[in-house]
Formats: sequence, structure tokens, C-alpha cells
Amino acid sequence: MKRKKHDLNPKLNRTAWLFIIPSLILIVMFVFYPMIQAFLTSFQTGVGEHLTFAGAANYKRLLTDTTFKKALFNTVLFLVIQVPIMILLALVISSMLNDKKLKCKGLFRTAIFLPCVTSLVAYSIIFKSLFATDGFINSLLMNLNVISEPIAWITHPVWAKVLIILAITWRWTGYNMVFYLSGLQSIDSAIYEAADIDGASAFQKFRYMTLPLLKPIILFTTINSTIGTLQLFDETMNITQGGPANATITISQYIYNLLFKYTPDFGYAASVSYVVVVLIVVLSFIQKKVGEDKDA
Amino acid sequence: MRKKIGNAMKYIFLSVISLISIFPFFWMIVAATNESVEVTKGTLIPGTYFMENLKTLLASDLQYINAFKNSILIAVVTTTLAMVVSSAAGYAFVVYKNKTRERVFNFIFLSMMVPFAALMVPLFRLFSKFSNLGPLKVIALNTPMSVVIIAVATAFLIFFFKQNAQTFPKELIEAARIDGLSEVKIFTKIFMPTMKSSYAAAIIVTFMTSWNNYLWPLIALQSPEKRTLPLVLSAMGSSYTPDYGMMMTAVVIATLPTALLFFLMQKQFVAGMTGSVKG
Repeated sequence: MKRKKHDLNPKLNRTAWLFIIPSLILIVMFVFYPMIQAFLTSFQTGVGEHLTFAGAANYKRLLTDTTFKKALFNTVLFLVIQVPIMILLALVISSMLNDKKLKCKGLFRTAIFLPCVTSLVAYSIIFKSLFATDGFINSLLMNLNVISEPIAWITHPVWAKVLIILAITWRWTGYNMVFYLSGLQSIDSAIYEAADIDGASAFQKFRYMTLPLLKPIILFTTINSTIGTLQLFDETMNITQGGPANATITISQYIYNLLFKYTPDFGYAASVSYVVVVLIVVLSFIQKKVGEDKDA
Repeated sequence: MRKKIGNAMKYIFLSVISLISIFPFFWMIVAATNESVEVTKGTLIPGTYFMENLKTLLASDLQYINAFKNSILIAVVTTTLAMVVSSAAGYAFVVYKNKTRERVFNFIFLSMMVPFAALMVPLFRLFSKFSNLGPLKVIALNTPMSVVIIAVATAFLIFFFKQNAQTFPKELIEAARIDGLSEVKIFTKIFMPTMKSSYAAAIIVTFMTSWNNYLWPLIALQSPEKRTLPLVLSAMGSSYTPDYGMMMTAVVIATLPTALLFFLMQKQFVAGMTGSVKG
């Protein structure tokens, strides 16, 4: 039976497509087709399904829409503050856990990963209750004399943002930690021992060994978190409802509001959603370039 | 001496982080087993009020049991279909590798970059049309299948199975062909059982994603009796005078299935979440 290396016989070829076609159809139908559809819709305007071509009108409207600007600002703010904090925290935790002599390693790891089992809605509700004005966190802080009167975590524009950042960090740090731990395990521990002999401090080892060696994984998790944060929805919807006065509204939530809270404006909502697409493509590209060029 | 202090700091730091990670779970259980009044007073002792809270929850107009059933149905059907459809594709990309299919894979992989935020508008419009399209009625808005169908084939799962199929010994396929097994049988009778641990990881992550899914069900399932657990939880959370005891009982029960999966199959759970199965 002679066969060229890359050519399968016709029967096998048919079977191969049979295995692939269902997935391909579903992904084209529910990802690529809608993507193109949304792009076309973003140049249309109207109420509900009565749409007419409007050129770039929707995109022009974005420039003067204060709610959109707020949503964009908040989303970017969450991104530039929360993602670095979380990544750094996850890196520090995982390099501590990578110590062979550390006791209770499994216990720490399990505990820190545990937030990942909760659904985003479930943990949002727990956080909302814990941080309620008369909630547990405020009474704790008051009993410890850290604050003299309760913080309005949910209804103060700045504290609400802090709360969202705290919540996301709680939920996702352990998730990122797992990536770094598996990356660290593949690094030969002998090089750390050599550094110990040379008298390197913990910080030096972290800065000049751990970080460069984990660079590809750090890049991957950063892109992952960026994509996730740009689509932030469940937390702001369930903890603050985007409030107070849109202080925590995100782009995803604004799109949702444009569809279901106000009179449905498909064209405009589609143009807002394309801002997310462009942001994700551009930021992933930049992060990849930065990751490849610079030697950390 | 300095080393000792550094070591102690390490334990303190990790303990504090662990405590912060666990505390919300502990508080959730405390709240679920206490009366709402006690919860607002700030109690930290698990109580004995769980059954009462459960009764209040079931007697409320939230249709909690119904939502639990909907969530189970959607998660089980999604996971079953996804395991067949996505793993078949991932398998085929490896076993029947050629240039064209390589390109098709790269195309499918691109869909990983597409944010759901961009799909919200067109998917809602697309699915609203299905109710007038004969057989497509089964996946129209407000049906459980509308939530199932978009999660059956995902680039993540196809990629996951493609990666794992690469570790599958080719000789097994050759031997099975000589024995006269059909290609489909080779996949179902040889590949699937051999790759049990990969499937376990994929099942966990798919089930969990489906169980926790919020945004698309929120859009697709508008009538109260169709709602899944996250939608009911969300509705409870937005009430102005929350009954903490009842609310946390609902959260505990909704978290139980995924927490159990985690504690029973921690290794596969982590492998599925990170998309990598080793050894």
C-alpha cells in the first residue's frame, strides 16, 4: 500500500471532513457570520429591525457619547490597574510556592485556587453582600478602628471601582498562579540552587531568573486577562449594576443596555462592540510585540 | 537569622492570602446557616438555620428548583454534544492531517480572538429569526437549546483535543485498521477510551463554563421559567431588601456541583482550566 505522505485516500479524506464539518458549520454560523453581520450593522441606523444605511454616523456618535466615553474609560482603568496587580501577585505567590522546602504547599495552593470554582455571578453576590454599607467588611474595619464610619463601597463612584478591582483580583489571581506554577516546575531547580550559592537575594532571583524564564507564560496570561477584562460584564452587572451613575459601567454592559434597557439600537450597539474588537486586536498585537522585542 | 525572618514572612504572607481566598466561602456558609438578622449583625459562627433558609428559598417565587433543573439540563446536553463534536474535529486535524485541513484549523483558531461582546448584537438578532424557520425552532430564543448550541463547538476545545490527540499513538490506529475497524469505530472504541484523562479535563471545564454562563443565557432566556441558576442568583442579588440567609443558601447550592468536581478531581480540574494535560 503506497501513499504519498500528505495525501490520504479519498475515503479517509471524506471521513476526515465528516469529523470536522459539524464544528466548522457551528463556528462559522455562530462566530464568523455574526462577526461580519455586526460589522455591516454598525453602518446602519434605526429602531429594532428597521435599519437603513447610515455610513459612519454611528462611529461619529461614539466620539460625542459621554456614556460610551465613561464605559471606555472604566474598562481601560480596570485593565491598567487590575491586570498588573493580579499578575504580579500571582507571580510572587507562585514563586513562593515553588520552594521545595515549603510546608503545607498543597494546602496553600488549593486555598488560593479555590475562588476559581465559583461562578462570576455567585462570587459577585457574595462580594456585594460582604461589602454592603452595613456589611461584614465595614463592621470589621470599624472594629479594627481603620475607619470611623462605613465606606459606601457600592454607591461611591471611587470606592465602587476599588471594589470591582478587589473582586476581580480575588477571583482570578489563583487561576493565573496555576499557569506560573506549571511553568516554574519545568525550570531546573539546580539553577536556583546555584544562585543561592552565589548569594542571590530572593528579589534578585525573582527579578533576574523567574521573570525572564516565565516570559512566554506571563505574555500568554497577560493577553488572556486583557481579553477578559475588556469584556468585563458579570461583576459590574451584579455588584454595582454599572453604578453609581455609570461610575463602573463597562463596554459590554453598555452594549447590553443599548440592546435591552433602552430602545434597541442594533446599529449603534454593533459599532460599540467593534471598539472592543479593535481594542483586543491592537492590545494583543502590542503585547506580543513588546514580549518578543524586549528582553526582560 | 535574616533567612529565618524571611521564611516566617513567607508563611505569614501565604497564610494571609489563603485566608482571604477562603474567607468568602466560609462567610457564605455562615450566612446560609443563619437567620438574615444574625448575618447583618456580623456573626461568624455557622448556625443551624439552613433548613429554614432552604424552605424560604423553595417557597419563594424564584422557581429555584426549576432553575436548577434547567441548569443541569443545559450543562449536561452541552457537555455531551461538545465532547463528541469538538473532540472529533480535534482528532481529525491530527489523524487526517493535510494542508487544507491545517488551514481550516487556523481559521477556526482565529475565532478564539472574537470577543463575545461583539457577538451579542448579531447573535440576538440571528436567534430571534429562528422561531419562524421551521426545524430551527428548536434553537430559537427562549429555548434551552439556544444556549446549548453556541457552546458545542469551540476553538478552545478543538485546540485542546488537537493538542491531546498528538500524544495518541499512531500505531494503535494502524493496528485497528488492519483489524478492519471502521474509522468512526477507531475514534469511538479506541481513541475515546484511551484518552479518558483528556476527556475528564474537558468535561469538567465545559460543564463548569456552561453551569456558570451568564451573559448569553441572560439575553437568550427571557421568560422566568426558562432561567438558569446564575440568572436566578442575579435576580436575587439585585433585590433591595435581601434576605442574606436565603440568598447565600441559593449561592451555596449553586456552587456545590462545581466545588465537588474540584475536590474530587483536582488534577483534571486544573488541567482543564489551563488547557493542558500532562502525562
